[in-house]
Amino acid sequence: MKNALHAPHSVGSLPPESAGFSSWGGLAMQRRSLLSGLAALPLLASGCATPLVPPPPLMGTGDLGVVIERATGAVLIVNTSQRAVLTRVTGLGDLSHASVVFSRDGRHAYVFGRDGALTRIDLLTQRITAREQQAGNSIGGAISADGTLVAAQNYSPGGVKVFDAERLTLRADIPALTADGQRSRVVGLADLPGRRFIYSLFDANAICIADCTDPTRPRVTRIDDIGRQPYDALITPDGRHYIAGLFGEDGLALVDTWAEQPTAQRILAGYGRGQEPLPVFKMPHLRGWAVAGRHAYLPAIGRHEVLVVDTTTWAEVGRIPVAGQPVFVMARPDGRQVWVNFAVPDYHRVQVIDTLVQRVAATLQPGKAVMHMEFTPRGESVWISCRDDDRVQVVDTATLATQASLAAQAPSGIFFTARAQRMGF
Amino acid sequence: MPAFTRPAALLLCALACAGVAAQVPGTPERQRELVRMVRQDCGSCHGMHLTGGLGPPLTPAALADKPVESMAATIFHGRPGTPMPPWRAFVTETEALWIAGQLLGGFPPSPPSKP
Repeated sequence: MKNALHAPHSVGSLPPESAGFSSWGGLAMQRRSLLSGLAALPLLASGCATPLVPPPPLMGTGDLGVVIERATGAVLIVNTSQRAVLTRVTGLGDLSHASVVFSRDGRHAYVFGRDGALTRIDLLTQRITAREQQAGNSIGGAISADGTLVAAQNYSPGGVKVFDAERLTLRADIPALTADGQRSRVVGLADLPGRRFIYSLFDANAICIADCTDPTRPRVTRIDDIGRQPYDALITPDGRHYIAGLFGEDGLALVDTWAEQPTAQRILAGYGRGQEPLPVFKMPHLRGWAVAGRHAYLPAIGRHEVLVVDTTTWAEVGRIPVAGQPVFVMARPDGRQVWVNFAVPDYHRVQVIDTLVQRVAATLQPGKAVMHMEFTPRGESVWISCRDDDRVQVVDTATLATQASLAAQAPSGIFFTARAQRMGF
Repeated sequence: MPAFTRPAALLLCALACAGVAAQVPGTPERQRELVRMVRQDCGSCHGMHLTGGLGPPLTPAALADKPVESMAATIFHGRPGTPMPPWRAFVTETEALWIAGQLLGGFPPSPPSKP
């Protein structure tokens, strides 16, 4: 029992709690258990018929993460201290546009696949521990603040499904409907405090808040006419403001979730100033990483610009010309830098905005087809997935030097366990 | 030169039926680029397996009633009022027609990634 983490073949039969060490007696007991654990290792090495993967050493989860290999339906489990790939977990289905949330303890990754599958991976045993084919076409999800509920946002059938985080059993099925009763695709799902989820309806121009205090009877508050075609959304790091980007018009919808009766207010309305809408070669992504200090940095749809908004007045205070159509506009955790990647054909570049002077300070070319970036928890490094180079580049955010270059097959999303402690991730 | 694949044969049929000159774009290398572009870049909205996402599915079943020329026009010019952008900066009209035909016949798999 006590060497559970050293013996992958036995882990499947253990309840999840048994790998925690809280139930150990005293120091003497610990030493005995450790010794017996060590003694068991040679037996495992010689007695196990298929020791293809060396047993993972005992470790914490704070510096772990996953990299999506979109083409092969696999994820890599990575360690950001070692800057290394620990293992590959396969069999996750269609991972184009996959996204990930983490359990509170940072041990389990919930992977939302394009094909509607929801898979839980144990990062310590490096195994799939639960899998549910929950929809036909899905785009991402969220986990409740208390870690008990995982919600998936679905395109087909359009709606939100809420699952028990432990077993992935369905707790609530919340359809998203347009005015004429058709299903709407759901985007921009985020957790709110108190077992609530907020999300946007692409086809219904609405924002909904589902209170799942009692998941068998979710209470949905709906805000209509928020603007045309919300494509993604974010919740500010304090959990207060929800901002949905609009595809169908120039502007964003802002909801103050602390209001007694939340309403949607338009911000940055008409930022294109009446110009013809520009073609968009990839939808931008929004998340709480947009906020740096008192400003939010938001992608302008179709335009080669990052819009800067004051988060106290919600007025535009600047716009920063960049090298292409922004897809991810992500603040380093300290807010000193904002990193931007781009849609095709400019996706071989990454630009770094210095937030003190609010302009681009550096342009990098880390590789072909940059899909995603993820900062280490305190932001000293950023991991950048270069899909068409089959590499993940690790870059020092202070010197911009490459610290490591890791092989990965068509890597896309990168997700580190520090997300477990942040609202809206 | 590889023998005609089933989709290519269907394409020729579709083009012949439509009275369009059966042009195949460029080199095999260019065709591989186009396949990758459709699966990866079009795939960001339509899904890597073209089963749909924010954009509609592009499977043969979903496209069965769509004329190949109108699909090619959608690829080349985009569809105003929807998120579908024009791809004329990335493909020629001939290539758009080729892509449309490949979609109707069942799109080829992605070229293998480097091992």
